[in-house]
Amino acid sequence: MKRRNPRSRNGMSMHRHLCLTFVLLIMAGPAAAAAPDGRELYLRHCAACHGENGYGGVGVPLALPDFQHTATDEYFIRTIRHGRPGRVMPSFTRLSDEEVRAIVEHVRSWHEGPRPAHDPAPVKGDEKRGARLYREHCAGCHGDHGQGGHGTGVTFSRPRELPIIAPALNNRGFLAAATDQMIKQTLMRGRKGTPMVSFLEQGLTEKDIDDIVAFVRSFARNPLPHNEVPADEPPLLMAETDRPFDEVVEAVKRAAVGANFRLIRVQPLDQGLAPPGQEDQRRIIVYFCNFNFLYQALAIDPRVGMFLPCRVTVVEDGDKVRLLAINPTRLSRLFNNSELDRACAEMAEIYANILDEATL
Amino acid sequence: MNKVFLRRVLLAATLVAPALVHAEHLFMARSAQAFPEAMLTLQEAIRARGYTVARVQRVDIGLTKSGFKTDKYRIVFLGKHEEVRRLVRRYPELAAYLPLKIAIFAEGNQTLVVTTNPLVLAEFFPAPDLAPVFRRWAADLEAIFDQMRIRD
Repeated sequence: MKRRNPRSRNGMSMHRHLCLTFVLLIMAGPAAAAAPDGRELYLRHCAACHGENGYGGVGVPLALPDFQHTATDEYFIRTIRHGRPGRVMPSFTRLSDEEVRAIVEHVRSWHEGPRPAHDPAPVKGDEKRGARLYREHCAGCHGDHGQGGHGTGVTFSRPRELPIIAPALNNRGFLAAATDQMIKQTLMRGRKGTPMVSFLEQGLTEKDIDDIVAFVRSFARNPLPHNEVPADEPPLLMAETDRPFDEVVEAVKRAAVGANFRLIRVQPLDQGLAPPGQEDQRRIIVYFCNFNFLYQALAIDPRVGMFLPCRVTVVEDGDKVRLLAINPTRLSRLFNNSELDRACAEMAEIYANILDEATL
Repeated sequence: MNKVFLRRVLLAATLVAPALVHAEHLFMARSAQAFPEAMLTLQEAIRARGYTVARVQRVDIGLTKSGFKTDKYRIVFLGKHEEVRRLVRRYPELAAYLPLKIAIFAEGNQTLVVTTNPLVLAEFFPAPDLAPVFRRWAADLEAIFDQMRIRD
């Protein structure tokens, strides 16, 4: 009789366990994905901007009854998928279709009544006449070229009682998500609680509204220039000098003040982390701020605080002294905010000038 | 135990398991707490993960003193002393992005927290030995933000 080696038996058992675990993992994956929790997904991916209950904030108020009344499920799905390029709302490409639907179901739970369904056929109208009507009735809020209102969110950009910043209509995400009928219904109905009024009540006819819709749709042929920051934009702005370390720190301070910034503090990089008295005095951060510029930046995008305060880091590296600053142009890519791109480009130039000035 | 077999199983499991790495550039969370309580929660969550709060920059105070109307807005700087010291000695350029920071600001009775996903730094500083550091920071910040996030 052949005797089995106990070690071998344990080994087989281990193999079986691993196989079983692997099979269960494969089976559990789709099972878990079959019933995604819409509320949980919403809280994780959407609530930071749109609010816990869809009342808005950095993002638009999704729970607004008139919005829910005109926006189809497909509009929500496409908006989640396409986002709004250059207008903060990212495209969620990693969510599964089931997860996107679960989020839409959760957003729909705030709405009573039937869900809208629009005829997908294009609205026929006079584009040229629509352009004139658009300039008269829409451009004041949505911009001459459909670029939308300025700023992001309630914290700095607008009064709290104003729940929305006029959306950008000349945006490929919006144009991909909204049908002509949805745009028409919005114009006809307006959105109570926002500055968007019913244009029927304002005296426009349905024909006028069709013309405006035709013009808005024409934005697809005339997209706004989008200066996307190249991916190879360096993450750092740097300079190097042979001058003594302390002299360089003083030069950075003078250069920042010379660029109309106020010195906030000068400290070792590890201050607050290292035990007092043991900080590294050869890695110094010079913090500075121009509060007017800061306020404008926060009004454009309150999330930009991650760049704050402005700083140049001075580090001793062998017999050289290096000056380092983040490159705001590179970082602006993270925010999907065209307005911020422009401010960041300005800040990058200021940083470059400060580094130049300090190393002259 | 057959190590090759184990490796294959683990590799396969890695391929089918849900992606652990989030590609978002920013981490954001909304806290149901008002600003003062949310700030306390944030600092406790940071410390619970083994980080030190280096300091808090009171952005709103500076703005108010300069005549601007603003809600509460602070920047929390955090890090681990030994780790930061070691990293900036080996990679001086990383100093521009350290210590880590989290922006925290009030929105009515609730509070928002935002930070850069540290995995973004892996694009900026592609040294292989930095990748696990950035992954750990990302996991820690996600855990901190999860603690802040509104739940049922």
